[in-house]
Amino acid sequence: MIAETRVITARMNDTDSHTLEGARAAGGYDAARKAFAMEPEAVTALVKESGLRGRGGAGFPCGLKWSFLRKERDVTYLCVNADESEPGTFKDRLILERDPHLLIEGILIACRAIRCAHAYLYIRGEFDLPYRRIRDAAAEAYRAGLLGPDAAGSGHPIDLTIHRGAGAYICGEETGLLNSLEGRKGQPRIKPPFPTDAGLFGKPTVINNVETLANLPFILTSGAEAYRAHGTEKSPGTRLFGVSGHVERPGLFELAMGVPMRALIEDLCGGVRGGKRLKAVIPGGSSTPVLTAEEAMAVTLDFESVQEAGSMLGSAGVIVMDETTDMVKALDVLIRFYAHESCGQCTPCREGVIWIARTLHKIAEGRGGRADLEKLEDLAHGITGNTICVFSDAAAMPVLSFLSKFRGEFEARVSGAGREGAA
Amino acid sequence: MSAAEKSARPAWKEETRREIEELRGRYPHPHGMLLPVLWLAQRDFGWISPEAMELVAETCGATPAHVYSLVTFYTMFETERPIRYHIQVCQGLSCTLRGAEEIRAHIEKRLGIRAGMRTEDGRFRLSVVECLASCATAPVMQVNRTYYENLTVEKVDALLEEWMKE
Repeated sequence: MIAETRVITARMNDTDSHTLEGARAAGGYDAARKAFAMEPEAVTALVKESGLRGRGGAGFPCGLKWSFLRKERDVTYLCVNADESEPGTFKDRLILERDPHLLIEGILIACRAIRCAHAYLYIRGEFDLPYRRIRDAAAEAYRAGLLGPDAAGSGHPIDLTIHRGAGAYICGEETGLLNSLEGRKGQPRIKPPFPTDAGLFGKPTVINNVETLANLPFILTSGAEAYRAHGTEKSPGTRLFGVSGHVERPGLFELAMGVPMRALIEDLCGGVRGGKRLKAVIPGGSSTPVLTAEEAMAVTLDFESVQEAGSMLGSAGVIVMDETTDMVKALDVLIRFYAHESCGQCTPCREGVIWIARTLHKIAEGRGGRADLEKLEDLAHGITGNTICVFSDAAAMPVLSFLSKFRGEFEARVSGAGREGAA
Repeated sequence: MSAAEKSARPAWKEETRREIEELRGRYPHPHGMLLPVLWLAQRDFGWISPEAMELVAETCGATPAHVYSLVTFYTMFETERPIRYHIQVCQGLSCTLRGAEEIRAHIEKRLGIRAGMRTEDGRFRLSVVECLASCATAPVMQVNRTYYENLTVEKVDALLEEWMKE
């Protein structure tokens, strides 16, 4: 029986874990003080040594990202990406709701490392309780002098502005987030320039995910070696795995990376609902390619293994589907999301994703023909890599993986032999 | 919008004015305040009327056309007069796998409207939304600011009955 490894969720079940008093009782802000006693370069070196990789989806090494910042700069910004909105993904909410001070402490540490005096936290608009919790926590931190002109007694000013989004998935894309923060439509920017060169308000900017920053207090307090004691060599640390769909007990679990998917689903989630057989698993949020039951049961949950299995760990939002799932319907539902959320800036995405969604819906309703399957593949290939950001790739990957791995169901549907049912 | 529906030019409350000044100090360019100020407008006026857009534009040094482009790009700014209960049912994959369509269909039947519509008495509005990031507690709906999780038809019925009584 596998157990959770509590690194970032260590104090989340404490009473008043969301308050400053609760956080302080459990050693909160000790790590930030430690960071201020170190040179910024030493903090970055420690984080590099820990091997911490970004938790937003791409898994890019955190310390390395920080070191890309342009050397000559007057102002540096940190943007915290709390615009969690990918179907299947619901991990950052836990941190924002239950331990916002852990995040603020992580922000202080990152600010020290990159010499930032003003961090902006961009939170998705639908999150009401998480917004109130992080806003109240920031107010507490200001009152206690942890934020403000002499942050945590460091002699350095650090401000934190909580900026609320207003309903647009694309603002989770880092340059879309920057545009939104600047008061524009959240449409992504062409790179280069990269944000570390010219980001928010034209200044060098680092954008980090909530969960990434929540790892920093442990790394500062316990050191890189203790951090690397969890997880695998190339994927150190833990991950917050959010499991949804057809399992007995959906939920959020913190596990050392490298744990078998089988253990997550069978031990922690109580197995597939109602004793049904597993059919498919989306391992890392809705844009990561789907795995068949066999592939999923053989994979371990770290960046490399999931990639070797032909998918991605992404945001670690695990969506489980049992044998009753109609895969045509499931993809239809999934792609409707992308069609709704395309920002409309690039023609291949604006037109292509909607075309895909319409074609799929036609197939799901039993009105499609064989040529529609080819059209779907053509469209998915046509939009991939041909737009400013990776949104179109994120929409194309599920299409191509569902079509290749569950081909039979799609073919049955276009030949008129398919059944109609619930996803 | 017809002339009859046109509302008077709104003005900031004194307290909101102070909040705006505090925001001004937080952004190096006043356009950065646009989303926060739109949220303040929605909080104070209940919705973003064309006149409120003009006020926001003036406050943030933007054109009304730019403010309009934001209000229509983002989904959470209300461009219609507020309604007592705005029911938003999540239709993401995780919710659909656990019965979200049944929940939506049931609410449609109870309220006698389809998603995207308002009830005639103007008290309920039903929308479908794409993913509320509460996938482990699916199916989920958001009513005004509150999430209702692990929904069943019975739970929804109990809630609707309570709201209909008011």
